[in-house]
Amino acid sequence: MSDSTDSSAADDGEFTSPITRRDLIAGAAGAVGGAVLAGIPSLARGQQAAKAAKAAAAAPAATPPPVAPANPLPPLPDDPTKVLGTPTAAVGTRSRFVNAVRTPVGQVTGTSLTPLQDLTGTITPADLHFERHHGGIPQIDPARHSLMIHGLVDRPMVFSVDDIKRFPQTTRVHFVECSGNGRSAYRDTKPEQTVQIVAGMTSNSEWTGVPLNVLFDECGLKSGAKWFLAEGSDAVMLTRSIPVEKAFDDAMIVWAQNGEPLQPAQGYPLRLLLPGFEGNSNVKWLRRIELGTAPWMTRWETSKYTDPLPDGKARIFSFELDAKSVITSPTFPATVGKGWLPVSGLAWSGRGKITRVEVSTDGGKSWSDATLHGPALRKAHIRFTHMWEWNGSEATLMSRATDETGYVQPTRSELIKVRGIGTDYHFNPIYGWAVKPDGKVFFHGET
Amino acid sequence: MRRLCEVLRLESSVLSLTTSVLLFATGSSLTACSSDSTANAEPSRDYSIGRSATPAEMTAWTTEVGPDGKELPSGSGSVETGTAIFAAKCASCHGAKGEGMPPAYPALIGRDPKGENFVFSTDPKITRTIGNYWPYATTVFDYVRRAMPHTQPGSLANDEVYALTAYLLAANQVIPMNSTLDAASLRAVKMPYVGRFVRDDRRGGHEIR
Repeated sequence: MSDSTDSSAADDGEFTSPITRRDLIAGAAGAVGGAVLAGIPSLARGQQAAKAAKAAAAAPAATPPPVAPANPLPPLPDDPTKVLGTPTAAVGTRSRFVNAVRTPVGQVTGTSLTPLQDLTGTITPADLHFERHHGGIPQIDPARHSLMIHGLVDRPMVFSVDDIKRFPQTTRVHFVECSGNGRSAYRDTKPEQTVQIVAGMTSNSEWTGVPLNVLFDECGLKSGAKWFLAEGSDAVMLTRSIPVEKAFDDAMIVWAQNGEPLQPAQGYPLRLLLPGFEGNSNVKWLRRIELGTAPWMTRWETSKYTDPLPDGKARIFSFELDAKSVITSPTFPATVGKGWLPVSGLAWSGRGKITRVEVSTDGGKSWSDATLHGPALRKAHIRFTHMWEWNGSEATLMSRATDETGYVQPTRSELIKVRGIGTDYHFNPIYGWAVKPDGKVFFHGET
Repeated sequence: MRRLCEVLRLESSVLSLTTSVLLFATGSSLTACSSDSTANAEPSRDYSIGRSATPAEMTAWTTEVGPDGKELPSGSGSVETGTAIFAAKCASCHGAKGEGMPPAYPALIGRDPKGENFVFSTDPKITRTIGNYWPYATTVFDYVRRAMPHTQPGSLANDEVYALTAYLLAANQVIPMNSTLDAASLRAVKMPYVGRFVRDDRRGGHEIR
């Protein structure tokens, strides 16, 4: 975890140094160890516990990690065709050879990042979807949860979770990306940054819920209703102001993700989903929507999530995320060998479909069209690959996305020119990965 | 598109009790509407699901305060009182002088000359505080009341929230140190840099903004 003195970055829960295995163990232990330090404010508690756990992990008699499975794994046979396999289980687990995990863990106010380097295709497993919360993950009994819609409506209403599920539903695939995704890679590029650190605050899911306009029609919007306030049921009662038009475009009240109820970290039992809009505005644990004439100027849309610009202004309500792509393999700390390999990655746009992804293997001097896999969906991740034959000489891999508005993902220097190095959110520069003659891959952020 | 779909669906529901031929006539258009699964095109219809919100629960849940301050509650608090409350309930995380404890707790107070004139895009190290960045004073009241103290959110009385708001604004050199804030006086506070905030002007296409 970074010792950054950049308070705004810290508040958005991003970390500027690579996460080590030791950090992971320390963080996991810290989450449990925090309980014994009840007198200290929660965040400091987490940090102190993490420090203590780090020290403990370094000592010979380290306490075992609390994540050990209840049932020990069976021995690994020499020949799996000569022994009976294991029986069925209530819930599946990943193979013992797969170690796809979010990092860091134990953040009460902060982020955990999706391990993009370990994933293929486009759907993010729900338990690996990045997390971002400002006051911890609330524990909510769905039987006691409801959604109130009031303000400038003809019929102020309260809907139980069961009520919400009786309305017409829709299922769509969309990404959710944190507004601060990529801050460390933008401001302070380091060769040792993993793709998880560079871009791990984006995830892509199949979401099921009710189109928000259906609920608005049920309540009857008054003519002056131009904005709505969405409020979460977490410890900070997170609130964001959203233009009403979004409800009639593609906003949803969601209760399911990838075919099952939302995970608590993703808003169980109800969340707002605003496809293509910055992550923070997709209010989780949604309990209230108020219709009004103008935005409420909450802390999360003024003090935070605004973009200071070189002309001495700050952009506010920067909802739509510009087109972006990132190579997820090969990336630091991988080592590649000579010969053919797929350069694989993800591309997405908050404004619609991705129409083109190009890959460069010479640091942006020349570009080739990558293969896009599966149909391009609006405001969703799409997987791209480009087959590359590495000849053993130094190379820099890059990807560049174009969306259906004609927007082309810019270089970092182009972004800095229009936004400045100190701007705070909505980073979508072209990312590079340098392949050294020994095959080792490092992040190359200075595009 | 949506309006067209609604009209067609309304027609189809009106006609549904008459002949299937007429329904068939609108069928192709309906199919076109429903095939766009990524846009909200459900027909307007009274489902009669849910219950009416009661005035009492609406009042209880409507705690937000917008920039015009019209929702501000009764009560008041002075800078002096707020100074004491800050020391007792806030300083353990935000520091005795509101300097923050990065990376966990943001700085609240400070008018570093480097941070004046809104030059934040030039240097990520310049600390943004209430005084040199926040566009609306009402946001301080709203956020403190809904989310603070971090481990006891929603525990402050309105008078305490007014006092803390007064202290934070005074310590950020926005209002005098001898101030007392209530609904009317908080509504009147204008933040130094409110004029610097502009609506998003990105529209996709060929321009990088």
